[in-house]
Amino acid sequence: MNQEEKIKPAHQLDPTVWVDQYADYLYNYAISRVNNEELAKDLVQETFFAGLNSAKNFKGTASERTWLVAILKRKVIDHYRKRNSKKGKAEVRMSYNNEGDGSWLEEQIADPLSKSENDGIENEELGLAIHECISKLPAKQAEVFTMKTIHGMSTEDICNELSINPSNLWVLVFRARTSLMDCLNENWFAI
Amino acid sequence: MITCEESKTICSKNQYKEASWSERLSMWFHVLMCKTCFKFSRKNTKLTGLCNEASLHALTDNEKSQIKKKLGQDT
Repeated sequence: MNQEEKIKPAHQLDPTVWVDQYADYLYNYAISRVNNEELAKDLVQETFFAGLNSAKNFKGTASERTWLVAILKRKVIDHYRKRNSKKGKAEVRMSYNNEGDGSWLEEQIADPLSKSENDGIENEELGLAIHECISKLPAKQAEVFTMKTIHGMSTEDICNELSINPSNLWVLVFRARTSLMDCLNENWFAI
Repeated sequence: MITCEESKTICSKNQYKEASWSERLSMWFHVLMCKTCFKFSRKNTKLTGLCNEASLHALTDNEKSQIKKKLGQDT
């Protein structure tokens, strides 16, 4: 114990920045696992609460985000456990869609999802990588980029909300995109 | 003739299909001559592709401030 105290932890918790820094990252992580936006939001919120409550258990060996992701992972598992504990709901359900014209066997056996399964994993990693890069951007750039690209808001709305003019907005978007390209460069741009 | 900075801004604008045709035209002329901007616009298009591929989600500012409020971090 004494030894642990002597070593200055490499990472420290700062709950005030949690929501701004990690909420979107955790949200994406949760969505890819529970596939439900409302539920994912609740899980993220619970994660923050649990993080606050057990902040004293944080040893500082992992980064803040890794620690929060670990909590979220538990929350996701708890969610599935709770859901499956309700009797009768744990059985495997299959949906047969009778819309296709081909034979039933071909449609069911040649799983159209099998190819996209790996894509799903890759997309999740990609999404998390992008969010990690977004969180490194200056606040204003991140805000504008998120509103424009992810929420798909119109230029006019964003300008009104942030009280900036369109040319300001496009410069912010351009800077954000440039930084993102640099950030994603090593892993995702095979050019 | 537009500057590189302008051409890159128009290129970013074009990723959201909001550049006017005259802007696009001047950008294309620039890109034809400027190798750096050519590379930039290729990367920029790729970034758009990646963002679409990843099907990104994000909480809105409203939702975030709600969470903050619940955490007792009033701002």
